[in-house]
Amino acid sequence: MIVSNSKTILAVQGLHASINGKEILKGIDLTVKRGEIHAIMGLNGSGKSTFAKVLAGHSAYEITAGSIQFENKNLLDLPPEERAHAGLFLAFQYPVEIPGVANIQFLRLAYNTIQSQRGKEELDPLEFDDFVREKMKLLNMKPDFLDRSVNEGFSGGEKKRNEILQMALLEPRLSILDEMDSGLDIDALKTVANGVNQIMNKDNATILVTHYQRLLDYIVPDFVHVMHAGRIVLTGGKELALELETRGYDWVINHSESTNKVTA
Amino acid sequence: MVINTDYLERSLELWPFTNTKPSSWLNQLRANAIDQASMLRLPTKRDEEWRFTDISALTHLPFRPSQPENIIHIGDVEHLFLKEAKIRLVFIDGYFSSSLSIFDPTSLTVGNLPMFLSSNSAYLESHLGRLAKYEDNVFTALNTAFLSDAAVVSIPKNAAVRDPIHLLFIATQNEVTSYPRCLLVCEEGSNITLVEEYIAHNNAKYITNSVSEFFLAPHANVKHIRIQRENLEAFHLANCAVSLDRASQYQSISISTGARISRYNQNVFLNDEAAECTIDGLTMISNQQLADTHSCIDHIKPHGTSYQQHKCIVNEKAHAVFNGRIVVRPHAQQTNSSQSSRNLLLSKTAQVNTKPQLEIFADDVKCAHGATVGQLDEEELFYLGSRGLSPATARSLLTYAFAAEVINRIPVTSLRQRLEQAILYQKSE
Ligand SMILES: Nc1ncnc2c1ncn2[C@@H]1O[C@H](COP(=O)(O)OP(=O)(O)O)[C@@H](O)[C@H]1O
Ligand SMILES: [Mg+2]
Repeated sequence: MIVSNSKTILAVQGLHASINGKEILKGIDLTVKRGEIHAIMGLNGSGKSTFAKVLAGHSAYEITAGSIQFENKNLLDLPPEERAHAGLFLAFQYPVEIPGVANIQFLRLAYNTIQSQRGKEELDPLEFDDFVREKMKLLNMKPDFLDRSVNEGFSGGEKKRNEILQMALLEPRLSILDEMDSGLDIDALKTVANGVNQIMNKDNATILVTHYQRLLDYIVPDFVHVMHAGRIVLTGGKELALELETRGYDWVINHSESTNKVTA
Repeated sequence: MVINTDYLERSLELWPFTNTKPSSWLNQLRANAIDQASMLRLPTKRDEEWRFTDISALTHLPFRPSQPENIIHIGDVEHLFLKEAKIRLVFIDGYFSSSLSIFDPTSLTVGNLPMFLSSNSAYLESHLGRLAKYEDNVFTALNTAFLSDAAVVSIPKNAAVRDPIHLLFIATQNEVTSYPRCLLVCEEGSNITLVEEYIAHNNAKYITNSVSEFFLAPHANVKHIRIQRENLEAFHLANCAVSLDRASQYQSISISTGARISRYNQNVFLNDEAAECTIDGLTMISNQQLADTHSCIDHIKPHGTSYQQHKCIVNEKAHAVFNGRIVVRPHAQQTNSSQSSRNLLLSKTAQVNTKPQLEIFADDVKCAHGATVGQLDEEELFYLGSRGLSPATARSLLTYAFAAEVINRIPVTSLRQRLEQAILYQKSE
């Protein structure tokens, strides 16, 4: 939802990032305000996950130019955990498996850490158990999720639900959901999308990263950005996603490459 | 004090049993062992079996044998007790403390060496020193030569002891060597869980030289949890020998976190058909600690099964050694054996040497083994960081996860929890 006079949560300017000396992000500009849902679309390999991980603070990427402002903080000064404390959340495209750590133990540790960082009350194991089970209902998750090791042996769809469960628990200001629809069948997609919609309000914001428009039928974006070769080459409203669906990415890419030549 | 003699010579000089009556079998055993010790020498890094483990720091220590002086109050050590254990034998510097122990003196199945000597000497004679060979092991020889007390557990035929038995060895004296000894005899079809634990009461410098002998009769089932958490000044030199009779099952979980230098030799003999053992180990060390585990699983008869999983977590400048020898003798057809050694290095200066040693002389066998050495996974650390966990918390959580596979197998809840807490709240770099 676009809210007039809404405060800016995220302001990315001229962001360049590389990994192992190879430049992946080549000048990204993006502004996200409270209440907004942004979709970043683009073909595989266009740099969407890289952008998401750079926002979350992955140390493998080197920021070579540009700035990221998150509310009143310079995000690039903060290590990943402080970005999380500040209210940034990334639902990973490929969440890692952590054998040996029970999911409930991990969820409670993450929850209590964030709570205490924000000066809020922590929950003991029994209280947390009730709390997390309530949130799991929202996502139609089986209780045995809690006792299994973090993501270990989870199906693709189960991993995604576990990510959204964390989003529900940690109440971020800005959520970046990287390909959260992959691995979900249509019923699961509806459930998870419904969960995300319930978490959304006028004070937080979401960036949906996807290369399918399908997800956007259920979580309707205010803005759609098309990413290509490490840059956002086109921005529009939700109708842009539908246009991409019918016309493919080629016309955007051709269009952007021709404008590139003009500006170069 | 300048000491010209080495540790071994000095130990020989201080042998206390020179004037005791030679007729008893026990004195004969001690005398044989001291003779043997006098013909051996302390191992050095030139010995293949001690290639990575330098004990030269020990060789000039002026340590005398520990004395029976019981000055420990129950309030000092209560926190070490396991609430599940209804039978507990406590030894202070190798000597039995009846006031700290709980057992039924009338049952005659659990007690210490003097009790068994007076009631059932012949039974002891047929087991004590029969399994832990001292002919080529100087530390077993010294332990046997200085043998004056021991934990003795004898489980009658078909008896199932539901609650764990806790053998607790507490070190208190400074500059001594203590000689803890355990003897476990499980008669046919019996079933027990035994916790053997070594710990220090203070910062004393000492040597623990322990020997354990376990006899499993046919169809006996033993779960053996061994915890070595001596203080960081200690030297811990231990030998454990286990004999498995037909279709017996031995499950062993050994945790080593203590001692400046430790060496644990565990030898398991599958002496009859269809015996089965699961040998799990976890070494977790930091600082300048050195922890060496040498195991030997000896398949002597057919249809035996052995599973072994050894994990080391090494931090700072510590050094872990694992040598896992598996022997399959010519008659031991249809043996099924697997061994895995997994190692986690938490710092650039940590070191591990791991070596599988398979000696297979039968042709119809399945033997698998593998070893890995790695660090904490950067992607896992990032994932946890992105959820707000500090790097230190993330590291200890992942370290705990690595250890959990072994720790989760400990069937004694309070002990398992104690270890979990110790790992989760340890400092990490
Ligand atoms: N570790 C890496 N080293 C080199 N190139 C990488 C690395 N990780 C990703 N890339 C490259 O970065 C580009 C963008 O990848 P990614 O951000 O995953 O794209 P998307 O999420 O849009 O599919 C791809 O060309 C990919 O091959
Ligand atoms: Mg991607």
